[in-house]
Amino acid sequence: MFELSQDHEDFRKAVRDFAASEIEPHVAQWDKEKHFPTELVGRMGELGLFGLVVPEEYGGSAEVADGTVQSDFTALCVAIEELGYVDQSIGITLSAGVGLGINPILSFGDEEQKQTYLPDLVAGRALAGFGLTEPEAGSDAGGTRTKAVRDGDDWVINGAKSFITNSGTDITSVVTVTAKTSEGEDGRPQISAIMVPSGTDGFTVEPPYDKLGWHISDTHGLTFEDCRVPVGNLLGEEGSGFRQFLKTLDDGRIAISALALGLTRRMLDLATDYASTREAFGRPIGANQGVAFQVSDLAVMAETSRVLTYKAAWLKDEHDRGRRSMKDVKHAAAIAKLYTSEAAVSATRIATQIFGGNGFMEEYPVARFYRDAKILEIGEGTSEVQRMVIARHLGLPS
Amino acid sequence: MNIVVCVKYVPDAQSERAFTEDNTTDREGVDGLLSELDEYAIEEALKIAEAGEGEVTVLTVGPDDAAEAVKKALQMGADKGVHILDEAIAGSDAPATSLVLAEAIKKIGSPDLVLTGMASTDGTMSVVPAMLAERLGLPQVTFASELTVEGEGVKIRRDGDSSTETIESSLPALVSVTDQINEPRYPSFKGIMAAKKKPVETWGLSDLGVDAGQVGQANAWTAVLETTKRPPREQGEVVADEGDGGTKLAEFLAAQKFV
Repeated sequence: MFELSQDHEDFRKAVRDFAASEIEPHVAQWDKEKHFPTELVGRMGELGLFGLVVPEEYGGSAEVADGTVQSDFTALCVAIEELGYVDQSIGITLSAGVGLGINPILSFGDEEQKQTYLPDLVAGRALAGFGLTEPEAGSDAGGTRTKAVRDGDDWVINGAKSFITNSGTDITSVVTVTAKTSEGEDGRPQISAIMVPSGTDGFTVEPPYDKLGWHISDTHGLTFEDCRVPVGNLLGEEGSGFRQFLKTLDDGRIAISALALGLTRRMLDLATDYASTREAFGRPIGANQGVAFQVSDLAVMAETSRVLTYKAAWLKDEHDRGRRSMKDVKHAAAIAKLYTSEAAVSATRIATQIFGGNGFMEEYPVARFYRDAKILEIGEGTSEVQRMVIARHLGLPS
Repeated sequence: MNIVVCVKYVPDAQSERAFTEDNTTDREGVDGLLSELDEYAIEEALKIAEAGEGEVTVLTVGPDDAAEAVKKALQMGADKGVHILDEAIAGSDAPATSLVLAEAIKKIGSPDLVLTGMASTDGTMSVVPAMLAERLGLPQVTFASELTVEGEGVKIRRDGDSSTETIESSLPALVSVTDQINEPRYPSFKGIMAAKKKPVETWGLSDLGVDAGQVGQANAWTAVLETTKRPPREQGEVVADEGDGGTKLAEFLAAQKFV
């Protein structure tokens, strides 16, 4: 448990080389221009990054025809960590592409839906989004207002979604949206998940958001006005959308931990290097305890993040192998997400301080990471939601 | 088509490199890796094999750690590996290395094509491909920046400073490729798992019928007598702009033959 397998480490090396050669040289420019690198998504697909948790029959490497498991969720976390070390936007593009784009279709889609969408998504020829958050329903996802009404052989969707990752790229093929489809016997809304292909009439992708960070990541609001899709586009059972999305969130939290881990490791490396070479008052600034201790703190954050992330990832893989309960995974995922995201925000604050005035300049990557860190405490369940999940697990009265 | 790709495990060019007491490259103190220039040869072999039928065998001569170079090539997609491992080989020069490679290739079989990189990233001599072709009696077609298999032969493009040559050769042949020929792939998780099941043979000199007296540092035709660390780079010249900065810069660049 305290070491990943040699296969995972070999894979880490491959992703690290890929990120250093294919991403690092361009990333400052892409960030500045808010450019989404569609071509890079294809190359990530060639490397197999989108297929790490997908069986071979759909183009992935998770499980081959004879039933042997190859890559797993832990491998996906390794990839997200290494991409996130170089750039957080690219890391979230992979994390959301798999966790929110591919996973719901893979987990709840019927064979025809899987065959229609998965091969292109796994190859990096297409991306999919997942529309859950609404202007008035964030953490309170039960407050979903988007409605889908059955009319003959169609669903007619009306409503709006907010902050949807990968929803408006040139290669986005489909967005799965949650919508109220009926009311249950208890009067509570039944929420279902429905796939809406890009370009469907009545489905508008709004202009990209002006964000604090994650400038390279593609994020849009979505509007649905009498948007019609065939009834066959329902994903999973009617009324099970809420349960389905909860399941995707647990994986997503661990993936965000991996992303945060990549960021904190990067802050540690950048700060160590800078504190060792930058001189003030005639010696490297790292020779002062005031700086050295802060770098030590970064090392503790990086190591703690690593252990929490991969423990949660391991539990998730063990759960998939039928050896651990989902309850264990949820708890570990919430702890990992809470700690690693808050550590990442602290780490960028510390690293920026060590860089002094240079840290405030976009010329140095710490500035970009500083902007990118904050969202980690918000997306895939805020820190407050993680604390709620943990408190519930501890059996505290609610 | 059966292809043998010769690869080398080298000290990481990005790290601080050093020499040992006997003036050979220090291979212990630094991280090693598959020579990046050899990745182009592997990629080219894989592309040829994938376009038709055939098998790619990757061959290396080197110490224990050199198995890592074979492993990476197998992870990229090569079918099998051969590692020539023998203490007597340590410190071999290019003629001895080419002898060991030639005998290993004969033992592997008679490949249709032998591919190499344009140079190793440590020695950077670029002579082993030519020596190897000579020993195997194969046509040598070196520094290919494009390679196509046509019928019973190969055609390459060689980019020179003032002209581009197109060269044809019959098969079997030896071709060395440049870093312009393709974009080497990265190992995927699938490739990493598949590599574990691929056969790797380790042979010593006796398996090749090569006498220890023909190789190694003691039998090298040349010897490195002395090594000196390059002095640290001197501070550059600062041109103060007193209205004639542009002229001074142009003069400097002209003096250095940059313009």
